[in-house]
Amino acid sequence: MSALAATRSGSSHLTGAGPLTRLALRRDKIMLPVWVYALSVSVVSTALSLEKLYGTAAERADFARSMSANNSLRALYGPVLGDSVGALTAWRMMAFGAALTGVMSLLIVVRHTRDEEETGRQELLSSAAVGRRAPLTAALCTALTANILVAALIAGGLAAVGQGAAGALALGLAIGATGMVFAGVAAVAAQLTESARLARGITAAVIGAAFIVRAAGDASAAGGRSPLLWLSPLGWPEQVRPYAGDRWWVLLLPAALTAAAALGAYALTARRDLGAGLLATRPGPAAAGRALRGPYSLAWRLQRGTLLGWLAGLAFAGAVFGAVAHGAADIVGDNERTQDIFERLGGSHGQAGLTDAFLATITGMLGLTAALYATGSVLRLSGEEADGRAEPLLACAVGRLRWAAGHLVIAFAGTAAVLAAGGLAMGLAYGATAHDISGRLPRVLAAVLAQTPAVWALTGVTVLLAAALPRYATAAWGVVGAALAVGWIGPMLNAPRWVMDLSPFGHLPKLPGPVGSAAPFLWLTALAVALTAAGLYGLRRRDVG
Amino acid sequence: MTTAITVSGLHKSFGRTHALDGLDLSVESGEVHGFLGPNGAGKSTTIRVLLGLLRADRGAARLLGRDPWHDAVELHRRLAYVPGDVTLWRNLSGGEVIDLYGRLRGGLDPARRAELLERFELDPTKKGRAYSKGNRQKVALVAAFASDVDLLILDEPTSGLDPLMEEVFQECVGEARERGRTVLLSSHVLSEVEALCDRVSIIRAGRTVESGSLADLRHLTRTSVSAELAAPPNGLSRLPGVHDLSVQGTRVRLQVDTDKLDPVLRQLTESGVRSLTSTPPTLEELFLRHYQTDQGDVPAARRTEAAAR
Repeated sequence: MSALAATRSGSSHLTGAGPLTRLALRRDKIMLPVWVYALSVSVVSTALSLEKLYGTAAERADFARSMSANNSLRALYGPVLGDSVGALTAWRMMAFGAALTGVMSLLIVVRHTRDEEETGRQELLSSAAVGRRAPLTAALCTALTANILVAALIAGGLAAVGQGAAGALALGLAIGATGMVFAGVAAVAAQLTESARLARGITAAVIGAAFIVRAAGDASAAGGRSPLLWLSPLGWPEQVRPYAGDRWWVLLLPAALTAAAALGAYALTARRDLGAGLLATRPGPAAAGRALRGPYSLAWRLQRGTLLGWLAGLAFAGAVFGAVAHGAADIVGDNERTQDIFERLGGSHGQAGLTDAFLATITGMLGLTAALYATGSVLRLSGEEADGRAEPLLACAVGRLRWAAGHLVIAFAGTAAVLAAGGLAMGLAYGATAHDISGRLPRVLAAVLAQTPAVWALTGVTVLLAAALPRYATAAWGVVGAALAVGWIGPMLNAPRWVMDLSPFGHLPKLPGPVGSAAPFLWLTALAVALTAAGLYGLRRRDVG
Repeated sequence: MTTAITVSGLHKSFGRTHALDGLDLSVESGEVHGFLGPNGAGKSTTIRVLLGLLRADRGAARLLGRDPWHDAVELHRRLAYVPGDVTLWRNLSGGEVIDLYGRLRGGLDPARRAELLERFELDPTKKGRAYSKGNRQKVALVAAFASDVDLLILDEPTSGLDPLMEEVFQECVGEARERGRTVLLSSHVLSEVEALCDRVSIIRAGRTVESGSLADLRHLTRTSVSAELAAPPNGLSRLPGVHDLSVQGTRVRLQVDTDKLDPVLRQLTESGVRSLTSTPPTLEELFLRHYQTDQGDVPAARRTEAAAR
């Protein structure tokens, strides 16, 4: 701070940015490394597994050709620009990696700007020798640190595993620079609204729109030649062409847009009061409607926005994957090891079963995603309790069980609804591309809905923690994370059966496909009921607040 | 008169902390009862036990003749609670929260709700996050005073209210008393307690140290006397109940237990009184006396400060 204070004359608006950045980095000392590690390791490990799967240049050329030919796949991942391991890694990871880096950046920026103002913590900080622009600067510096680390670890990691250093640097910078674009977008969104949740929603919607524009561009033309790609920040990484010409100057685009967004955010900061947004919040009703009269209607009111977001998200994902599924047999092609992985993920055998195996893989992913929704929904309970909103409610004529049931009904029914939305969209998209909606939709929908008991079993664990042991409620994310890891990564690593069995998803048959016994569905549901009952029993007996 | 709240020998521990250590409390129906004690004395813990949110380790608690833990829901139809720090849902308006609380209790009187909104100058259309601390308190206060209930449990309810609103609050408590409601008021605002409460209980370290009407409690504490005499006094230090005696020539300052005041005055008149001031103990002194016991140096400083006031 002293260094900054010394150059006071021109930059007193920035006073305190240094200490605030250190504070932000300190507060993010777990979240930030986890994000950086997960993003960079997933890119580097993709390169390793691609190298193992497609060891020879001929295999890679064959793979690249079949990937390029498939419109749905191009829409999903982007164009294949070369047949080196590096180029294939860029193809496979760039679009999603850049979008996820954008999500990381948006979470960081909103957390240190609008969240701080909304909770009132910024007021105390700003009363100290902290300039008007310092909080935003600190948030952007924190995001910059994270993005530089992501870029450096991707570049360093790929170079270290023997992919070319120039391409590695281009890929790292393309991803990191795109992350900063969305940090800038989040900085603007954080100035517009008074609600951090809304600022996150706006930025996430911008990322989603950028993804769709890029996907449309890539679907319409091969080789990244569509003009649409220049309109979407998520189209720029492929224009950098890592491992396929390394066009460095394209990196100026994200840099310029980031700078413009940051300047815009600074200008907006100067025009508004602390805590206020530029979009005025509309006043609410002076009296409650008839519907708001008990714990169930309150829980619905609190959770409906989130549920609608997840419904839309899973429907979108289902539609995208459903549209790709018809060409799945081409994707996997003749490569035996890829077939092998798909079969282990999806359970079916032979070329005819490959589409089913692909669908089963996606179905499992939708199930795991729904588990994230369910966990967040149940943890509203502990959030309400920790924030002191449960106590006055329970001091009304509301029994603990009714209070909890309001949120739990939404969590359990919402899980089924979210899966139904994903299954419906996937079945429709798959049926439409295969010109057989009436035949394929019911199979796909049933397969996705069959994930429900496994999600419920995981949800039961969350209920047990949130209701009976609220101090350990956040451990539920760890449990879901472990199930995700087992389900997503286990098959790639050829994990032994007992490891796969640790996740409730490991006990479900691979669907669509032969159902076999109904037993797993029944006992997973019974497990969910037992865990929930145990949690509620604990809730009735423990101290609240 | 019946008893609205009876608590005897209440114990509650959190890990190694003994929050309540044999607390007693008795609140008569229809009275406004002040519940005083330093931070961390166990006031909120007691209230949470009375609300059935915490389960006591030992001891008995009865609320309106029933068990606060087992009969929580039935009891809560008959009471309204205002916490010291109200948090609201960010996307619900104040008016919606007031109605929700009303519906979740015994019901809400719409005319009274409208009147209270006006008196507290509260805009019910704002969303939860837009309210200041004081306005969040008002949301809970309007909901409580407009509810049709027998018992009000108020845990430092006026934190963040400005003096005008504090006055409105005091009027509302007075009206609640006139309607025959029972009020348990935990508070640090001594003027508020002095103005409102029929009886008070003072607790410290999880135990009740004093309970009774303000007059009773005053009687137990000291009056400070300072006098200018015609001649140096004698024999004052031998009198029972005299404390902190300081004599400088003919000037005398002392503290005396209020029930031992008479002999001291007699002794003073023997030396001839030129001027005399006698100050009855304020609630603040009474309060500090209990707060300060075995707390070391800081209270001593506070005591001189209080005496200076």
